[in-house]
Amino acid sequence: MTDTRTITVTVNGKSYTKDVPTRLLLSDFLRHELMLTGTHVGCEHGVCGACTVLLDGRSARSCLTLAVQANGHEVTTIEGIAPEGSNELHPLQQAFQDHHGLQCGYCTPGMLTTLIELLRDNPTPSESEVRSAISGNLCRCTGYQGIVEATLDAARKMRA
Amino acid sequence: MSERLVGKAIKRLEDPALLTGRGRFVDDFHLPGTLHAAFVRSEEAHAKINGIDKSAAVALPGVHAVLTLADLPKRFHAMRMHGMPNPHVTQNIMPYVLAKDEVCHVGEPIAIVIADDRYIAEDAAALVMVDYEPLPTAGDCRAAMAPGAALAHMNSPDNIAAMLHFGYGDIDAAFKNAAHVVKENLFMHRGLGHSIEGRAVLAHYDTFADHLTVYTASQGPHAAKRAIVGMLDWDEERVRVVALDVGGGFGPKMSFYAEQIVTVLASLHVNRPVKWIEDRREHFNSATQERDQYWDVEMAMDAQGKILGLRIAMIHDKGAFMPHGTILPHISCTTVPGPFIIPAYKIDCSVVLTNKPPVAPVRGAGRPQAVFAMERIMDAAAAKLGLDRVEIRRRNLIPAEAMPYSIGLTFRDGKPLTYDSGDYPQLFDKVTKAADYAGFAKRQEAALKNGRYIGIGIASAIEGTGLGPFEGATVRIGPSGTVTLLTGAADQGQGHATTVAQICAEQFGIRPDDVRVVTADTAAIANGTGTFASRQAVNAGSSTHLAAIQVREKVLAIASHILEAAPSDIELADGNAIVKGTDKKISFRDIARAVTGQSGFALPKGIEPGLEATRYFTPEQAAYASGNHIAEVEVDIETGGVKVTNYWISHDCGVVINPLLVEGQVQGGLAHGIGNALLEWMHYDADTCQPLTTTLADYLLPTADAVPKALISHVVSPSPLNPLGVKGAGEGGTIPAPAAIISAIEHALTPFGVHLTQAPVPPHHLVELINKGRRKNSGLLA
Repeated sequence: MTDTRTITVTVNGKSYTKDVPTRLLLSDFLRHELMLTGTHVGCEHGVCGACTVLLDGRSARSCLTLAVQANGHEVTTIEGIAPEGSNELHPLQQAFQDHHGLQCGYCTPGMLTTLIELLRDNPTPSESEVRSAISGNLCRCTGYQGIVEATLDAARKMRA
Repeated sequence: MSERLVGKAIKRLEDPALLTGRGRFVDDFHLPGTLHAAFVRSEEAHAKINGIDKSAAVALPGVHAVLTLADLPKRFHAMRMHGMPNPHVTQNIMPYVLAKDEVCHVGEPIAIVIADDRYIAEDAAALVMVDYEPLPTAGDCRAAMAPGAALAHMNSPDNIAAMLHFGYGDIDAAFKNAAHVVKENLFMHRGLGHSIEGRAVLAHYDTFADHLTVYTASQGPHAAKRAIVGMLDWDEERVRVVALDVGGGFGPKMSFYAEQIVTVLASLHVNRPVKWIEDRREHFNSATQERDQYWDVEMAMDAQGKILGLRIAMIHDKGAFMPHGTILPHISCTTVPGPFIIPAYKIDCSVVLTNKPPVAPVRGAGRPQAVFAMERIMDAAAAKLGLDRVEIRRRNLIPAEAMPYSIGLTFRDGKPLTYDSGDYPQLFDKVTKAADYAGFAKRQEAALKNGRYIGIGIASAIEGTGLGPFEGATVRIGPSGTVTLLTGAADQGQGHATTVAQICAEQFGIRPDDVRVVTADTAAIANGTGTFASRQAVNAGSSTHLAAIQVREKVLAIASHILEAAPSDIELADGNAIVKGTDKKISFRDIARAVTGQSGFALPKGIEPGLEATRYFTPEQAAYASGNHIAEVEVDIETGGVKVTNYWISHDCGVVINPLLVEGQVQGGLAHGIGNALLEWMHYDADTCQPLTTTLADYLLPTADAVPKALISHVVSPSPLNPLGVKGAGEGGTIPAPAAIISAIEHALTPFGVHLTQAPVPPHHLVELINKGRRKNSGLLA
């Protein structure tokens, strides 16, 4: 019989208490228990970065994290990035649209969470620092240029 | 005409949902009662199956069913997946939907497990015991051609699936009269599609409605529906296939797979929705992929470096089965001539079965290999004649005034390979100027003084895009007044909704985001073909344009009647028909209501109900896009690491609908090409055909630090073959990239006499060649 635990996790500012199997991945917990399907799963072995979320503010692969490990912690997903209660996008999201930083949109959630961490820690990144920050996030569509330009643009606007 | 929207860098309509986590990918759907599937897959590359024991799996709590071929309805016991036969194919071998008594590659599906969740389904799949009797494997496609080689299929006479022969002109005379002959033996490996979203199916058989809805990550939902309808022998009205958001395609999602029909059969079996989501290992082992081609190329030239003829023997690894028949090697064989005048041409291609996953198009679809062959032999010719690499190419370019230019071959669309328009010398001028090609020798010299090895390479490609048979669009204005556009043009990130909305909105004087676009739903439009071969700008774009014009004309006609003005005096703006220079107007909503009529009353004479038109654009042949790439690289001679430092592309896809999207396609395509030049290699054990690179840590995709910004310049040669003058832009970024980059690497390593004859070129390969050159330079090696 599958072992279960009761966990309480704060996701995008809202607290959830659930009984979950101990082997349940955080990515599956978010997607299939909380129905927060914006977090995407690309490789399930921690390389592609699509599933990246912020765990207590640090980027983490939700496909390599168990839901029980998030017990008592705070998770931010793509659904929690835009300012709450408005139709506005976060400056980084807006810059992604302005600079064609996404095509299929599948890697985008992991890109955004990773880059939000970068811009918080380093509001004035260089182009190579942006490229380095997302070197663990694979995008098969864009060739990355739009993502890099969007990030530099967002950084400028967030500083203003 | 209202404001031109075609040509504008409109921001994408798709983005807001995708940026906020509101995409609708298959695995995002949570239908009540859904069960989850996992496949039992072959662990052997080639084996007889002597038995399958599923008792332990069936007994696991949470498992609803474990189905092998014997458990499926009887009609599937003898049915094979549909191939694409042609007269050249002597062995059109396709798999059963689940393996019967033989497996022919690792990853071939053997059984499906249906359980409460994916975790349990995978536990149960591991409990299914398959009794394999291993058979010898056909691995290397060259060895597999030899008489007496191990057979990829135990009942086959040999491993040759097809022989292709193409050519024109007097090839023997060309070589007899040649002043120079150059030869190259080349190997090109290409890998997988690796969309970040894998394949996905959610099959929902609704017992109440007796209706099947299939949500699937597909490039061709209409093609998938035809396959499902045919295999089930149902009528069309009981089946709907939808591909909403699809997380990248790149070719492999165009194939219709056994996993799709088996997931449907599973839903029919348990009378519940069943979901199957491919994991990355499954993508490595069971999605279609490209792989190995071996090219023996000989080129005859006159004393001035003009090409007289090209003679080629090519071997193509087709893998275990024949999805898409021989279109991939066909495209390779007919892409070689590119922008060059080649008076005589002969190519013989052997299509060989091996015990590896089936080969079918990945972005570029056999073209990068052909371009690699052509451009490598041109570089070899330049070296032999002591000519600059650009100069020898210039001497052989098709001039702009020769358009339309007939090559003398039949393309894969069944039509004569005739370039419809283009200006190849101009593309050359643009890219060589942008890259300051003429000044590179000095830059290289200066770098070399500082111990840095930099090089430059050039390659070009002509790509047959916009293939038929058709795509369609319905434009409709209902009583809500909203302009709705329905098309089968499935999107996997290209931005089709934005593109077709631009084309449509232009006709009605509205904004693109005022158009309600529905793509890739078989319930929205009856017929569709799919997204491949860079075809939707031409096909869906033109259909949209034609349908929108037809509805616009009807809007004008009705408005003219109601407003009592000539149609030419009426303009469309902001959802209204307005008599120019007056305040007399009527809204689309009221016009739509007028043609809906009143219950029981006749419409005015001559008025067809509704504001609606469906048009299917059927191109007469491919529209040929063209482009040139120049790559500048730096090689670390100690590690073999290659950095693509600068990149220039001149690109001609005819009229550009949305420059933002076209440049995005080109830049993204380049990333794929860099992967093919430097990184992506699907390795198999030579003896057992076991896959060796089955994670993205072993099989490397290009990352953000590996892909430079492509500096793109445009040439616009409108295609005369469609009303918009457009050509496809989806693959031109990929196709010449390996050839350009590898030429640049060779150029950088000139001091070591390195000669490169393969792609990709991994670091260890380069280090080996550099060290060999060093030993030779120091006199240690003769």
